[in-house]
Amino acid sequence: MATLGLNHYLLLSALLFGIGVAGVLIRRNVIMVLMCLELIFNAANINLVAVSRFRPDMTGQVFTIFTIAVAAAEVAIGLGLVIAMFRNSTTVNVDELHLLKG
Amino acid sequence: MLEYFWLIPLIPLVGVLVNGLLASRYIRSQLFTGVLASGCMLVAFAIGLGSFVQLAGMPVADRHVEIELYDWISTSLVHMHDNAVGVAAAPLHVPFGLQFDPLSALMVLVVTGVGFLIHVYAIGYMKHDPPDKGFYRFFTYLNLFASFMLILVLGNSFAMMFIGWEGVGLCSFLLIGYYYQKKSAGDAAKKAFVANRVGDAAFLIGMFTLFFTFGTLDYDQIFSAAAANYEVGAGVITFATMMLLIGATGKSAQIPLYVWLPDAMEGPTPVSALIHAATMVTAGVYMVVRANVLFSLSPATMTAVAVIGALTALMAASIAMVQNDIKRVLAYSTVSQLGYMFLACGVGAYAVGVFHLMTHAFFKALLFMAAGSVMHALHGELDMWKMGNVRKYMPVTHKTFLVGTLAIAGVPGLAGFFSKDEILWNAWAGPNGAPWLWAVGTLVAGMTAFYMTRMLIMVFYGESRMDEHTESHVHENPHVMTVPLIILAILSIVGGYVGIPANLQVGPLAALHDRVDIVRWLEPVTGGHGEADPGEADAHAMLPESATPAAGSEAAQIVARSGNEPAFVVTAQDGGAEEHAEDHTALEWTLMLISTAIALAGIGLAYRIYGRGQPADEPAKRFGGLYSALWNKYWVDELYDAVLVNRAKDLGKGLWVFDDAVLDGTVNGVAEATKQSAAASNEFDGRVIDGTVNGTASTVWSGSWIFRALQTGMVQNYALVIAIGAFVLVSAYLFL
Amino acid sequence: MEIYAFYAIAAVVLSSAVLMVTSRNLVHSIVYMVISFVAVGALFILLEAEFVAAVQILVYAGGIVVLFLFVVMLVNVTETYQVEFLHRQWLPATVLSMILAAQIGFLLWGGAGSLPADPGASASALRAVDGGNTETLGMMLYTDYLLPFEVASVLLLVAMIGAIYLSKKRI
Repeated sequence: MATLGLNHYLLLSALLFGIGVAGVLIRRNVIMVLMCLELIFNAANINLVAVSRFRPDMTGQVFTIFTIAVAAAEVAIGLGLVIAMFRNSTTVNVDELHLLKG
Repeated sequence: MLEYFWLIPLIPLVGVLVNGLLASRYIRSQLFTGVLASGCMLVAFAIGLGSFVQLAGMPVADRHVEIELYDWISTSLVHMHDNAVGVAAAPLHVPFGLQFDPLSALMVLVVTGVGFLIHVYAIGYMKHDPPDKGFYRFFTYLNLFASFMLILVLGNSFAMMFIGWEGVGLCSFLLIGYYYQKKSAGDAAKKAFVANRVGDAAFLIGMFTLFFTFGTLDYDQIFSAAAANYEVGAGVITFATMMLLIGATGKSAQIPLYVWLPDAMEGPTPVSALIHAATMVTAGVYMVVRANVLFSLSPATMTAVAVIGALTALMAASIAMVQNDIKRVLAYSTVSQLGYMFLACGVGAYAVGVFHLMTHAFFKALLFMAAGSVMHALHGELDMWKMGNVRKYMPVTHKTFLVGTLAIAGVPGLAGFFSKDEILWNAWAGPNGAPWLWAVGTLVAGMTAFYMTRMLIMVFYGESRMDEHTESHVHENPHVMTVPLIILAILSIVGGYVGIPANLQVGPLAALHDRVDIVRWLEPVTGGHGEADPGEADAHAMLPESATPAAGSEAAQIVARSGNEPAFVVTAQDGGAEEHAEDHTALEWTLMLISTAIALAGIGLAYRIYGRGQPADEPAKRFGGLYSALWNKYWVDELYDAVLVNRAKDLGKGLWVFDDAVLDGTVNGVAEATKQSAAASNEFDGRVIDGTVNGTASTVWSGSWIFRALQTGMVQNYALVIAIGAFVLVSAYLFL
Repeated sequence: MEIYAFYAIAAVVLSSAVLMVTSRNLVHSIVYMVISFVAVGALFILLEAEFVAAVQILVYAGGIVVLFLFVVMLVNVTETYQVEFLHRQWLPATVLSMILAAQIGFLLWGGAGSLPADPGASASALRAVDGGNTETLGMMLYTDYLLPFEVASVLLLVAMIGAIYLSKKRI
């Protein structure tokens, strides 16, 4: 192998991103969807930090902090919604949320 | 009084309104109605008489008063055809105007005077006439008739005359059909009206021609323009006068439109007396005399007038000789006498025609009323074969009837003699005269004497053929009916002395002639055409103003119309006047004696055949074919029926069939077609248009499943779509 | 030397991620998620971002995972077994996401050319700062990025309130 370069990290993040997207699109359980969403966030974080490492710039890491904070907030809200939805219909199946069906 | 002459036609209208609107419902007094109607006529007569006297007191040149009551028609310009008068365009201006000149004054007196007497007579005649309400209707119509007749004679333009013309035709219709419950009366009224109408159509064409030639319908303007601009024999004048003549034949019962007058006897006797003897039928004669300027400009028309008059007189007199109905005889007699008047006008002796009109009014009204008295006394009996020896019961009626008969026969000394003699003289010697016309006239005089005497004898003399019941009730009529008869009898005697012929102007008659002469009186209207003057050789010289004094007379003064010329007619050389006058006097005496002799012969023949014992049927048997022809009135009515009346009815039926089949068929067919096209349209709408619309909708509906499928409502599907979108964008970024 | 570490950690990340996505059991997925998060933290340390790594472990592996576990418990785990766990669209989705990953990877690979392959120079520049990563980050946060920092805190406050409201039974 060559030396560890930025490309490795970027490729990794791309793959992780892909897995996360697949998971969002595949899983029926709402909670699973939210978890796969975290994978996507992680992929983005890896990307940010990696690029920040290879440039003389700390902005990436700062951004990552913010991203993590936002992700946390979002998870909280999302799970609150899940709870509300569960109270309404006692199911966490995404397919049951089809009131907008045309 | 003269300034009120325009009231004359309006006063009878008062009677019309009161009697027509109020009498039958509110007043309901026969006496009131009769008195009012007669009173209106009397007032009109009084005003007429006063105006007449005043007119006579004026110098001859001024004897022409006109008044315009109201501006009736006034239009914008109407274009004329090119004419000698030089009028290119003129407005049609017809004022409601009346004029009072010698001719109209005379006519007014005749109409109102005789009319008044007849009204009085009718009060008695119609007294017991059922239905009760008819009495008021009768007098209303009589007054209406009088009003129209007066408008006719007093009008100052052809349009005014036409108003009266039509109006008297209407009243004639109303009065002939007075007994409307009888079918024969209704038919007779229709026949009268239709025959009149045919004449009126021709009259209208004549009027139109005159308007388009002269740009006006006023008498004075037309006559002066015609005299100034047209030569004798001008085509347009001939045409117009021919048309007017046809109109006159309709109104005055000449050939070919006389057929209505005998049938008109269906009306009550006063109607026959007034309308069909004295006044309405004379309207044609009046018209010819009034338009004498135009007629004189057209020798062809004059000849036609004379010939029609002569032939009509002959034909009618022949038919009268075999009639058995008391009124039919008098009806044909009227037609015959009217023929005399036309003959007079046709030979150029207009004033003589008016003279005969006047005397005829007297004795014919008298005869009709007397015949009516007899009918009235015999409870409506018409057949002379069922009468006889009536004089025993009705002396006054008999005497007056006798006077009338002598008058009409032309016995010297009575009115008819003078007027008829003048006509015969002018028929021979007049400007347009011819001996054969004289011969026909004389023959007719003989026939007239014959049939009138026949009638007299059959009714009043001989043995009574009345049935017993009738005879027991026969008595003289009340005074209201006999007094008018007496008055008319007196007039029939003395009425002729206003027109003494030239050869009798001797002694006291000459003095009388100097004071009073009808021909002289009428000169302002008739020009020099009152009578044939001795020594007059050339007809052309009779024309006013347009001709040079061709006869070369020094003192030739042609009198024109509308009085601004001296009264006397001196149209010939003074020098040769006396010689010619001598010859002509002798001729005149000769002719006079011949005609008198023939008249007396007629009387004698009638006496011989009918006077002794029972009237014989011999003439009928002896002259079988001729008798049959006369009895059937030469089958003229049948001819008209076959040729004209039935063809008109066929045309009507044909048009009805056409209307029903073609027009209604077309309309219905169109409706059918519309219905069919509506149905087709409906189909089209349903199939095609609705199909298109529905098809579009269903296409959209069926195509929408694609789009519907996208809206699953499931979040992850939408997320997949987002991912696809991201893929597309990235691909685009990579490869583009 | 580093590169082997990278490969090892990368393998852990990816495999745990895959396992997480494909696990039938929800709790197993959460466990795999934790492993993934920790591995990512390790990756951050390899990238000489210690503070970020710490934050990652604390927040993600600590807070968020716990949140998920709580909700899973609340929602009655047994329920989740009955659910057919993969969506009908799993095949096109999987294919698409792989392609997408490849594309993005390719994109990033190409874009990375402007950056130096050797982290040596820049990394030493960073290390030159006193206190290392944490201090530098702290300085930047409270000076250059103060506003976003405060906004983030407000955001967290709002999220907290929202979460409380949403999950309350009765207000």
